[in-house]
Amino acid sequence: MNSLLPSIVSRSQSSGIMNFFVPIISIVLTLITGSIIFVLLGFDPVYALYTFFISPISSTYGISELFVKATPLALIAIGLSYCFKNNIYNIGAEGQLTMGAIFGGGIGILFHDTNAFWLLPLMIFAGAIGGALWGLIPAILKTKFNTNEILTSLMLVYVALFILDYLVVGPWKDPFGYSFPKSRPFSESGRMPILFDGLRVHFGLIITLFLIFVSWFIFSKTILGFQLKVSGYSPKAAKYAGFNQTTLVFFAFAICGAFAGIAGLAEVSGPIGLLYRDISPNYGFTAIIVAFLGRLHPIGIIFASLVIALTYLGAEDAQLFLQIPSAVGFIFQGLVLFYLLGAELLINYKLTYKKLL
Amino acid sequence: MNLDLILGILQIVLIATTPLVFAGIGELVTEKSGVLNLGVEGMMLVGAVSAFIILVITGSYFLAFFVSILSGIIMSGLFAFLVLFLMSNQIATGLALTIFGIGLSSMLGKQYIGTPIDGLSPWFFVIFSFLIVFLVSYFFYKTKAGLVLRAVGESHNSAHALGYSVIKIRFLSILFGGSMCALAGSYISICYAPMWQEGMTAGRGWIALALVVFATWKPERVLIGAYIFGGVTILQMNLQALGLRFPGQFFSMAPYVATIIVLVLISSNKLRIKLSAPASLTLPFYKGR
Repeated sequence: MNSLLPSIVSRSQSSGIMNFFVPIISIVLTLITGSIIFVLLGFDPVYALYTFFISPISSTYGISELFVKATPLALIAIGLSYCFKNNIYNIGAEGQLTMGAIFGGGIGILFHDTNAFWLLPLMIFAGAIGGALWGLIPAILKTKFNTNEILTSLMLVYVALFILDYLVVGPWKDPFGYSFPKSRPFSESGRMPILFDGLRVHFGLIITLFLIFVSWFIFSKTILGFQLKVSGYSPKAAKYAGFNQTTLVFFAFAICGAFAGIAGLAEVSGPIGLLYRDISPNYGFTAIIVAFLGRLHPIGIIFASLVIALTYLGAEDAQLFLQIPSAVGFIFQGLVLFYLLGAELLINYKLTYKKLL
Repeated sequence: MNLDLILGILQIVLIATTPLVFAGIGELVTEKSGVLNLGVEGMMLVGAVSAFIILVITGSYFLAFFVSILSGIIMSGLFAFLVLFLMSNQIATGLALTIFGIGLSSMLGKQYIGTPIDGLSPWFFVIFSFLIVFLVSYFFYKTKAGLVLRAVGESHNSAHALGYSVIKIRFLSILFGGSMCALAGSYISICYAPMWQEGMTAGRGWIALALVVFATWKPERVLIGAYIFGGVTILQMNLQALGLRFPGQFFSMAPYVATIIVLVLISSNKLRIKLSAPASLTLPFYKGR
């Protein structure tokens, strides 16, 4: 005779099949919950879901916009996977993104009347440095003073946002900007080249795909990737094997910060073209969802970034056509993460019915 | 400086700081049981909007606060279900709760933006905020139940071995945290503002999280920390009103910088971090191990 309620038993090895199916299950459940919410609000669910998920990408321009939104999300998420694989909870990517935009954008403002081929590479480099430096603060504090990186990286987000705010209303304000809190526009050579005429998808996409490929190589083909993975699974095993945990923490934070910084720079030198207060609609936090949804795998992250980018676009269309505030996109993002985290149980644990007799 | 001005500023500080005290003490109880809930901002927003909507519909302040606290219990209950029963990652689940709460509150409150209401006098809540801090402090250090809660946060395996239900105690602590965050939100939308606006808690949830660390997980220090953070904010507004050209952003970032400094000071010493932070914070409890 079996007991009525299943009991949860931890798997010796996480289930590979479930690893693949759990993200899909959670997306389906999110869509079902979303339609229920639309019905409750008095909308035709088919029309609402169409407005949200199909109509935004039914034109070439829409697909280009999808890639514009997915670019920073994928780039930050792949950076985060260096940390998350090693069980380092860096949740401050939004701050690292902001600092990247400040460093890179600062170069852009300094050379606002220069047109030269070296300007954009220099800005990208500065963006990576800015993000990496901001990411290294929690790494130093964690390794030197044993502070909790979750709390420090989170606090640093707000410090970075206030620094940006100070710069664009203060020293870096556009002298010809009619006192709007924004900087001078960057010069033409300080902008990300557009990939297709008339669309906004930019060179940042190429950088992102390149860095995802490099990361795939590091994760699967190098000792470093192996060390990250081992110390994530079992810190003790990593210690016995002689891996230097301090170096790994520094490496993960620096890479993640640099990627987030490049993402921030790509935003300000891509679609935006100058610095102002709201350069990121929470990309740094949303990328955490992307990293989880993509199961920290490069290919998974590409797909996940497109799915989550669609919630941003859908929310904009929903605001236009259904008069729903665009923040509704956050509901879908929250829901998909809830379902994903709940369903993760199926990856690491299995449900069994204990024999009673 | 005359006395009226000082009293006036003191009054503003008291009124502005109260939501930080509520949210901070709620999160403190949750964290003391070993659970880090990053959903404070989301729960505050949903609490704020639900109180506002109920007040507009029914006109009853009692119902407004009642439903608001209920919303906090539902939101934190969702979090508790995920982290305690499905053993999901606390950090990610808390962030999901905040993101979800921002979206939900904006959608629910859309047609109520700009609706005028009669605000409620804040003084009852100001006094209640002091009272609740002392009650929580009494509960933690003078009652057996409080000791058990702290034990669960320090070492859930030992508490479990002694026969205490880790899951039940954590569940209740999370719900208390959620209801306090919702109360903080409803105070903002009904007493402090009084109005509804998208994202109106304006990052106070994150300050409340910083506050708990700043207070090194001690209830009375939450009160002190809240008044330092709240006082700095009011000081900044007054200085700018006086026309001083000091960048206010540096005041605004002070709570976060101060929290990092406190965290470094307590963490650099092994004994001190043991005496401050709950040892099982963010660790999931799994009976079968």
